[in-house]
Amino acid sequence: MNAFKLDGRDIPFEPGQTILQAVQAAGQEIPHLCYHPDFKPHGSCKLCSVRINGRMVSSCTAPAHDGMTVESDMPDINEERRTLLQMLFVEGNHFCPSCEKSGACRLQASAYELKMMSPHYDHFFPDRPVDASHADYLLDTNRCILCSLCVRASRDVDGKNVFALSGRGIHTRLIVNAKSGRLGDTDFSGEDKAAHVCPVGAILRKRVGFAVPIGQRPFDPPHEGD
Amino acid sequence: MDPMTALAEAPNAATVVRDAVARHGGDVHDLVQILREVQEVCDWIAPEAIDALVAELGVPRTKIEGVAGFYSFFYLAPRGAYRVLFSDNVTDRIAGSAGLKSRMCRNLWIEPGKVSEDGVVSVDLTSCTGMCDQGPAMLVNNRAITRLGESRIDEICELIRSRVPLDEWPAVFFRVDDNIRRTDMLLGSPFELGAAMKAVETRGAPGMLDELLASNLRGRGGAGFATATKWLLCREAPAAAHYVVCNADEGEPGTFKDRVLLTRRPDLVFEGMTLCARLVGARRGFVYLRGEYRYLLEPLNRVLAGRREQNLLGLSILGVAGFDFDIEIHLGAGAYVCGEESALIESLEGKRGTPRNRPPYPVTCGYRNQPTVVNNVETFAAASLIAVYGGSWFAAVGTPQSSGTKLLSVSGDCARPGIYEYPFGVSVGQVLADCGAGAAQAVQVGGPSGNCIDAGEFARGICFEDIPTAGAFMVFGRQRDMFDVARNFTRFFAHESCGFCTPCRVGTSLLNDLMDKLARGQGSPYDFEQIEILNHRLRSLSHCGLGHSACNPVLETIAKFRSTYERRLVHTQYVPAFDLDRALAEARQMTGRQDAGAYIGDRK
Repeated sequence: MNAFKLDGRDIPFEPGQTILQAVQAAGQEIPHLCYHPDFKPHGSCKLCSVRINGRMVSSCTAPAHDGMTVESDMPDINEERRTLLQMLFVEGNHFCPSCEKSGACRLQASAYELKMMSPHYDHFFPDRPVDASHADYLLDTNRCILCSLCVRASRDVDGKNVFALSGRGIHTRLIVNAKSGRLGDTDFSGEDKAAHVCPVGAILRKRVGFAVPIGQRPFDPPHEGD
Repeated sequence: MDPMTALAEAPNAATVVRDAVARHGGDVHDLVQILREVQEVCDWIAPEAIDALVAELGVPRTKIEGVAGFYSFFYLAPRGAYRVLFSDNVTDRIAGSAGLKSRMCRNLWIEPGKVSEDGVVSVDLTSCTGMCDQGPAMLVNNRAITRLGESRIDEICELIRSRVPLDEWPAVFFRVDDNIRRTDMLLGSPFELGAAMKAVETRGAPGMLDELLASNLRGRGGAGFATATKWLLCREAPAAAHYVVCNADEGEPGTFKDRVLLTRRPDLVFEGMTLCARLVGARRGFVYLRGEYRYLLEPLNRVLAGRREQNLLGLSILGVAGFDFDIEIHLGAGAYVCGEESALIESLEGKRGTPRNRPPYPVTCGYRNQPTVVNNVETFAAASLIAVYGGSWFAAVGTPQSSGTKLLSVSGDCARPGIYEYPFGVSVGQVLADCGAGAAQAVQVGGPSGNCIDAGEFARGICFEDIPTAGAFMVFGRQRDMFDVARNFTRFFAHESCGFCTPCRVGTSLLNDLMDKLARGQGSPYDFEQIEILNHRLRSLSHCGLGHSACNPVLETIAKFRSTYERRLVHTQYVPAFDLDRALAEARQMTGRQDAGAYIGDRK
């Protein structure tokens, strides 16, 4: 059987699987944000970077090879991941205490998991729009981390191309498929896969915010005595 | 068309789009070319033009806006009938471009980066335009203007104020000199049209590959991959189609040798592509020419037409049945990252120029996922000569691992900037002596992503074994502050990051901010440490070479010119970058106040 070592543990894999796919199939995890098992991985957030033969590679796109040795949960690698998270936090406008995605946000959960204690860098405080034009969904690009999961979901699953990335470099931004630039003028709907893949609080269903009490949200730490 | 008329009767966007799309056979793979052609007529990509593109190409609006938004030279908002972009390479700065830009803005009564109130003109910066030996330079509506000075700037302002069409501006403004200072085999060997292809037909494909192998030719783009190996891999990759791509996206600041090669010896380049096509079995080839060299498009197309007339391109080339090949020129649109081969291919396919995940490499999975050879302009030219003169002729020149010659683009503080062709192995000092750089303190070899060589290393050689380079050679005299040089390069990388991966997208901006902080006199040893940490992160985590090399200029100048940094570490303890008075600048401007009471601290 094909297998590689992840931090000393054996991980079996099927030919064609990437490292992250094999790790997840084995019930283990590597921190990640832009990867989702339903879509073609593209390796942009770099949070899932692991070390192979001294080189860092994105585990979501790197194919698994028999006998390879993969380092992931190492202090220095986690330090690098913290930097990536800090970069994402200062690049956008992330105010966790007032965000209704708090407790269900992968960016926030990753920051807790990797023990990010502060944003460290100066905030960019970019001027980004909030779009409340859609009847059922709110688009708040202040929280967008440009993972393009909604882009891939809308294009590859919904067949709609509601979302895309435009701009370049630090000015890269999420756009929607309407001349007005407003989500309400697209054919986006709550039935879309794209409505359910945002790892942060950029695409939010309206009128259900804060419905789940603190302590019961997906990424809340287990209660004492649980 | 007279801009006054143009403003009065804007061209009908739908008609312009329909014509452009028709010229490209409705192929969305040509989107970057279609957008360029539309903008050349309409001055920008208006929402109505996008409507028409959506209808004509049958693609979603997000596709058009996503692609157009990626390239610096496409405008989704009006930028005026005259779009002035000052080349912002450090060599332009040395030659006084910043003062000229201010003069122009004052003259035209506009703020840099903004469009004039009458919508006629905008003035902004752009990355190096490849005119470093005759700068300061600018682009006006993507046409290169060289040798700027105060009087030329004043003349240009007058022409813009009088709305004189660009075609009627003095031709001398647009003159681009070759400035060839030293020639060797590539620029000097006699070459008869079609000779390389005739040689291939005589030798046969395996014979030609043997010559290429014997020549030890390595890619001239900087990475130095063996050309024979690349062509062989592509030849052996089974596929429905093979492609040949010439990378003429000469974006590395300080490099301009491809411009000269394409001006002086285009046939050598096209013939190299054709013989490559013969060997790998390609029927279609592209030259990806950087948008800054837009003015070369018509002359190069004339050369291609001439080659078709002589049966050196087209069907049954030289009468050989089945030898069909043709070349198209695609223009870039202001994106340095498209010099990376997989990003270049994405751009050729009409997409955002984001580097692909590799492997697979273009040689097996390139343009339209078919095996594709991507080589530098200079590599194809060298291959033509190898076909004619043989592999051993070529291998006899240069060093053991770097055969042949290298074209160097020499600029900066020297008496004779221009193109110098040397056998590989030439020392930095020799080049400096030849170009008349008496008092150099440093040379940036290979551009911002290359190496900074200080006076103690001038004996080192230019070759793959020692200092590899794609050709940039920027000289800095003792009067230059190497911190300013590094800061210019850092700004370049931040501007050119494609934005795909987190470390490069955010990290290059963080680095740029840190350099600005040091420049403002807020630096401390802590910031130094931060620069080093960022460098490590960029190198280790970035998706492509742009991110990997973005910290090079800073690290190298720290290592070699530490005092210029230490001078800026005025504080021993950390000082925040935030400065209240700086934050109030906008409020002061809005209220028109400059008095002492409008400042918290000392008025600066």
